[in-house]
Amino acid sequence: MLTDLLGFPPQVLFGQLLLGLINGAFYAVLSLGLAVIFGLLNIVNFAHGALYMLGAFATLGLTQYLGIGYWGALILAPVIVGAIGILAERVLLRRLAGIDHLYGLLLTFGMALVIEGVFVKIFGASGIPYAAPSQLQGGVNLGFMFLPWYRGWVVVASLAVCLATWYLFERTKIGAYLRAGTENPRLLQAFGVNVPLLTTLAYGYGVGLAAFAGVLAAPITQVNPMMGSNLIIVVFAVVVIGGMGSIMGAIITGMSMGVIEGLTKVFWPEASSTVIFLVMAIVLVLRPAGLFGKTA
Amino acid sequence: MSAVIENHELGGQHVSERIEELRIQDLHAFYGESHALHGIDLTVYQGELVTLLGRNGSGRTTTLRAIMGLIGHRTGSIMLKGEEVIHAQPHVIAHLGVGYCPEERGIFSRLSVEENLMLPPRVAAGGMAVEELYEMFPNLAERRRSQGTRLSGGEQQMLAMARILRTGANVLLLDEITEGLAPVIVDKLGEVLIELKTRGYTVVLVEQNFRFAAPLADRHFVMDHGKIVATVNHDELESKQHIFDEYLSV
Repeated sequence: MLTDLLGFPPQVLFGQLLLGLINGAFYAVLSLGLAVIFGLLNIVNFAHGALYMLGAFATLGLTQYLGIGYWGALILAPVIVGAIGILAERVLLRRLAGIDHLYGLLLTFGMALVIEGVFVKIFGASGIPYAAPSQLQGGVNLGFMFLPWYRGWVVVASLAVCLATWYLFERTKIGAYLRAGTENPRLLQAFGVNVPLLTTLAYGYGVGLAAFAGVLAAPITQVNPMMGSNLIIVVFAVVVIGGMGSIMGAIITGMSMGVIEGLTKVFWPEASSTVIFLVMAIVLVLRPAGLFGKTA
Repeated sequence: MSAVIENHELGGQHVSERIEELRIQDLHAFYGESHALHGIDLTVYQGELVTLLGRNGSGRTTTLRAIMGLIGHRTGSIMLKGEEVIHAQPHVIAHLGVGYCPEERGIFSRLSVEENLMLPPRVAAGGMAVEELYEMFPNLAERRRSQGTRLSGGEQQMLAMARILRTGANVLLLDEITEGLAPVIVDKLGEVLIELKTRGYTVVLVEQNFRFAAPLADRHFVMDHGKIVATVNHDELESKQHIFDEYLSV
């Protein structure tokens, strides 16, 4: 028999906790992609939100025009958007190698504006609904809260992808190349590793992660050209808190910031949209390299 | 196709046939607008150990970096095992069987000793087995789980050497491997170089420690202001001492 917890009905508390976990899952997957890209390319990828949005639109397009359902889109959309990312890296971003971070930031910011502008022009600024797959509709009453299946799936799928990415980076040979490449790409290349190809694939993978988050988001938030730009600022704050380039840092910080944001909605709703930025400011003062980042 | 010269007198040893591993002709290299190498010409034969000697800033490290493709702007010709690599990318050059040990050792801090050791891909057949390398450098075996940068300077140097020996590379470009190391470690590295020479490795060694390099090398290329100003064979060390006095003394 559950009674009020800390003065709040458990449905409210756990409901916000679940919402926090879902947001945290998106923060984790998106900040993970940013961490991968920053680690190897040294580029602060401001186009990440637009690429997340492209993932959602790719899902919509695959379903509406090709009859490929959600499950097919879950695989295909990241591959398609990842390929677009690879093209952008080869044609545009590669030219910025070795110069100030600011140029990468400006270029990717410009890319985001162009992509979003084109989509607003074609689809309008209002959202397009996308239904969750039939297998994940409905939910289960856990007694203390109602858990929609789709939302549970988002948390599980995000965590699975995050942990698979962590495993790839920390426990495999390709991960060792990626970690070494973040430290000294020229030397790694002098050992015989095709670093330009590795960099391209890492960018494609990071972009694919953004698109994957976009696919997961499509049934939750409506598919909207501006859905990425609304989210990306928070994700950048999460990355700053975790520390640029840290894989586990991105995952843990993403999830925990979502939870903190969710709980703040219960205890102090007015502060819920600023709490992450408050945490960021505190972390920047106390530990400028981020909670999991290495100080120079 | 590797060029072969016959009946050539090298380093006091009469050899009937020597195969060119590395031939550099009129090599110029630039850092931005700075002209660092001013027309290097040298040839290294299979199984030779040669040194690049000279003062700081004479162009020795730049020569190794240029061979490895790590300098963007190069002109001239670099033939490695008969292949022109002046426009090749570093990873392509490595796969011709070249191992590079940089001056700063280049141990990756985010990787353990064993990960550092296993990191470079195999570039040719015949690389040393890991156990053989641990036998050659016992300190590394004891510290295989440590982070690479937690090693002492000497251990890091051993790791940097071991790392390229595993790959099968048989042309080794070694940059200042004794710099800042204790005499006992320097002696150990000398033993390793003698062993490598016995096994037929070709070694280009950039070195400031002339006492270390003199007994090991077949030939010494003396560099100054981005040029090779003299070549001294092993058996000419005494008769050409004045060259070392002129270009190496500070």
